[in-house]
Amino acid sequence: MQHKEAEIISPPGEGLTIGARTLRSRLILGSGGFTSLELLAGAVEASGTALVTVAMRRVEATARGSLIELLDGLGVGVLPNTAGCFTARDAVRTAQLAREALQTNWIKLEVIGDEQTLLPDAAELLVAAEQLVDDGFVVLPYTTDDPILARRLEDAGCAAVMPLGSPIGSNLGLESRAFLEIILAQSRVPVVVDAGLGAPSHAAAALEMGADAVLVNTAIAASEDPVAMARAFRLGVEAGRIAREAGLAGSGSRRSPSLAGATSPLTAFLGEDGR
Amino acid sequence: MIYVNGDEQQDATTVAALLERLGFGERARGLAVALDGEVVPRSEWHSAQLAPGARVEVVGATQGG
Repeated sequence: MQHKEAEIISPPGEGLTIGARTLRSRLILGSGGFTSLELLAGAVEASGTALVTVAMRRVEATARGSLIELLDGLGVGVLPNTAGCFTARDAVRTAQLAREALQTNWIKLEVIGDEQTLLPDAAELLVAAEQLVDDGFVVLPYTTDDPILARRLEDAGCAAVMPLGSPIGSNLGLESRAFLEIILAQSRVPVVVDAGLGAPSHAAAALEMGADAVLVNTAIAASEDPVAMARAFRLGVEAGRIAREAGLAGSGSRRSPSLAGATSPLTAFLGEDGR
Repeated sequence: MIYVNGDEQQDATTVAALLERLGFGERARGLAVALDGEVVPRSEWHSAQLAPGARVEVVGATQGG
């Protein structure tokens, strides 16, 4: 039985390439909220993830933790985030500190506009993304489901975009599906659905839609059995990816949402035609 | 007086001396230091001088999504 199971959950097809790196798993795991490092370690292993997010915080000498040593020991990459930053300036500085501390130029860029919802601040996010790309970072921005903003982030040189599936921590799933479909249709960089995925079926649906990966944290960490749930998400992600590659019956061509037709003429504004 | 992570601390000559006194080993992976808002690369911890009133941040990785 072990042998059969290993076959079922072996990574389908090629890995996930972001920037210059190819990850063996399309599930990125957030490390927040696990009640012990042991539990986190169990979830990392069960999830099959190749990349785990961490946050940056002020540290006391006595509290110097073994989180990084743990993740190093598990053989997974570390993706620092800029959680808790409300301005581009703070986010850039946090990214620079993370690069120095963890010796990685990868950054999950978060610039939050609101403490209650933790929704991204689009204006600050774009400014921070531009500065970090200029500074040599591989930038993965946590963004809204706005396709125009996603495109602006991509144009700024971000290595991926990470739109939310629904409000962070809500476990609602793919409430932003219609907008995600547009982002997936337009994006030339990997799309990682981040935030709001509450169940393995949500992750499977995201991969079936054509998302390149998902980032999951609360749904695993806050479940009754995080290790088992990590494995369930792994299977969900792999099922979704295999289904995508197999071509869902009746789904037509890849990435073809119905896009808008303008209901008003897209005429030039007065004065523009005289140039 | 200088400020470390917002708390008052006795003066120290350099970043390295301060970390030593506070009990941070400098070999540990996962720490970064900012001095008055600017990141101090690890290679400069021994040479980076701390003037009175300096604001030092010592940060590291913690669990987070």
